[in-house]
Amino acid sequence: MDFAFVLIQLLNGLQYGLLLFLVASGLTLVFGIMGIVNLAHGSFYMIGAYLAWSLAGMLDSFAAAVLLGVPLTVILGMGLERLLFQHLYHRDHLYQVLLTYGLILVFEELRSVLWGDDVHGVAVPALLSGSIPLTDTLSYPIYRLVISGFCLLLAGALYGLIQKTRLGMMIRAGSSNREMVQALGINIKMLYTLVFALGVALAAFGGMIAAPVSSVYPNMGAQVLIICFVVVVIGGIGSVWGALLASILIGMTDTFGKVLLPEYAGMSTYLLMVLVLLWRPEGLFKRG
Amino acid sequence: MRSKLTPVLLLIAVILLAAFPFVGEKFYIQLIAKVMIMAIFAMSLDLLVGYTGLVSLGHAAFFGLAGYVLAKAAPQYAAANLWTTLALALVACAIFALLTGFLVLRTSGIYFIMVTLAFSQMLFFVFHDTPFGGGSDGMYIYAKPEMKIGETALLDLEDFKVLYWFTLGLMTLVYLFLRQVLDSNFGRALIGIKTNEHRLRALGFPTFRYKLASYMLSGTLAGLAGYIAALQFGFVNPEILSWHVSGSVLMMVILGGMGSLHGAVLGAFVFILLQEILSNQSWFGPIAKHWQLAMGIFVIIVALLLPQGLVGLGSTFRKKHKASGGHG
Repeated sequence: MDFAFVLIQLLNGLQYGLLLFLVASGLTLVFGIMGIVNLAHGSFYMIGAYLAWSLAGMLDSFAAAVLLGVPLTVILGMGLERLLFQHLYHRDHLYQVLLTYGLILVFEELRSVLWGDDVHGVAVPALLSGSIPLTDTLSYPIYRLVISGFCLLLAGALYGLIQKTRLGMMIRAGSSNREMVQALGINIKMLYTLVFALGVALAAFGGMIAAPVSSVYPNMGAQVLIICFVVVVIGGIGSVWGALLASILIGMTDTFGKVLLPEYAGMSTYLLMVLVLLWRPEGLFKRG
Repeated sequence: MRSKLTPVLLLIAVILLAAFPFVGEKFYIQLIAKVMIMAIFAMSLDLLVGYTGLVSLGHAAFFGLAGYVLAKAAPQYAAANLWTTLALALVACAIFALLTGFLVLRTSGIYFIMVTLAFSQMLFFVFHDTPFGGGSDGMYIYAKPEMKIGETALLDLEDFKVLYWFTLGLMTLVYLFLRQVLDSNFGRALIGIKTNEHRLRALGFPTFRYKLASYMLSGTLAGLAGYIAALQFGFVNPEILSWHVSGSVLMMVILGGMGSLHGAVLGAFVFILLQEILSNQSWFGPIAKHWQLAMGIFVIIVALLLPQGLVGLGSTFRKKHKASGGHG
C-alpha cells in the first residue's frame, strides 16, 4: 500500500462519514428536539435518491433536480408531521417504532409502484465529473470532494441555525419545555412541523448527493438507517460533536475494513459499537 | 384483562386447532403450522416487550441463529438427531443472549431499540458475508430431524400433519410455561421492573440480573420458534435474520395486545392470515404484488388507533366512549 492509495481511502472514509453525519443529524435533530424515534428516516434518504434520479432524467440537469427535489421533500415532511407524527409526541417509543415501521412498508411499495425495482445509476454533473491526479495511475474524483464540502457546509449552517439564531433559540427552548414556550406565545406546533421537515430534508438531501456515487436501488434506506442508529449510539444522543466524531470513525472503519478484510467489513461497524458500549454505554459524548 | 372465561375459551381454541388437520387441506394445515410457530416467536417477544418493558427490534437474531444452527449441525443428506440439534440451537441462543444481553441491557429506552437492531444486523452480516453461512442463498435442510428414543421413532416429522400437531403441542407448552413464569415471583418482579425499575432496585432487587434472565429466556424461546421454522421450511437464508422479521413479530405482539400471552398468539394469527389474504393473487390480481402497501397502512392505523391491541379492543372503545360522553 503506497501513500496515494491510503490517501484515497482516507478521503473515501471521510466522505462516507460526513454523508452519514448529514443523514444522522436529521435523525438526532428529530429525536433530540421532538422525542420521536423515526425508523422511516432511511426511507427519506431513499426518496431523496430516487427523486434525484427521476428529476435529473426529466430536467436533464442534476443541479435542477436537487433544487426542485429539496422543496418537495420539505413539503412531504410538513405533510407527514401534520397528518401522522403530531399524534405521537406523548406516546411511548413503541408506537413511534410501529408507526414509522408501517411508513417504511408504505414508502418501499410506493417506490416499487412509481419507480420500479431496478437499480439505476445517476450521472455525475458534467462540471464536477473530473478527477484530480495523485500519481501516474491513481486519481481522486472531484465530485466526492464536493460531497464532503457540502456536508461540512450544511453541518456548519445547522450549528449556526440551532445555536445562533432566534429560530434556533425557540427550537431549543421548545425541546426542553413545550408548554412554557407555547405559553410565551410562540407557535410551537408550527415550530415542530418545521423541525421535522428539516430532518426529512436533511436525509433526502443526503440521498440526492449520494446518488451519483452509490447509485439508486430498492431498500437502500434500511442500511443507512441502521448505520445512523449506530452513529447515534456511539456518539451519544443529542450531541452534535459526538455524532460528527462517530460518523467519521464509522466511515473510516468501514472503508478500511472493506480494503483489508472484505468478508468481515459488514461487521466492523457493529464491533466498533460493541467496544463503545463496553467502555461508555451512554456514548462517547453524553449530552450535558 | 384475564377473565374467568379465558381458560375455557383457550381450551376450546386448542381443541379446534387440534381437530383442524382432519378437515383442512395440506396448504392450510402448513399455513396454520407456520402461524403457530410465529405465535411462539411472538410470545417470546411479549415476555420482553409486554412484561419486562424492553422494546427489542432485533428479535429475529435468535430466530435466525437457531435455524442456522440446525442447518449447520445437520448432516448434509441424512436426518439430524432432533434432541442434540435442538439442544445445540437453544444453548447457542442462550449464550448469544447472555453475551449481547450484557451489552444491550447497559442501555435503555430508545438506545435499547437501536442497539438490539444493530446486533441483529451484525448477525445478518455474519451469515450473509462470511463463507460460514452460505452467503445470500442460505442453506438447505434436506431431511427433517428425527425424534428417537433409542431406536424407536417417537414422531415422524416428515408427515406434515404430525409436524402440525407437534407445533401445536409446543405452542401450548410454551404458553403454559410462560404463564407459570409470569405467575411466579420472578414474573412479578419483571412486571415491577416494567412499571418502575427504580422502586424495584430500591427494594433490593438485582434488576439487571432479572432483566438479563428475562432477555435470555425470551431469546431462547425465540430460538425454539426459529428451530421449528427452519425444520418446517427446509432451508435458511439471511432474510430470516433481517429486521423486517423483527418488525413483523413486534407488530404481532402489539396488534394482539402487549402484556397478554394469548394476545400475542392472536396477533400472530391475524397478522399472518392478513398477509396471506392481501398477497392472494386470485383475489386481488396484480395489486396483490403490492400487498405491503396495504399492510403498512394497516400497521399505521393500529399504531394510531389501537394502543391496547385486539385484546384491549373493548376497553379502548369504552374509554373513547366515556371520554366523548364526558365532554358532551
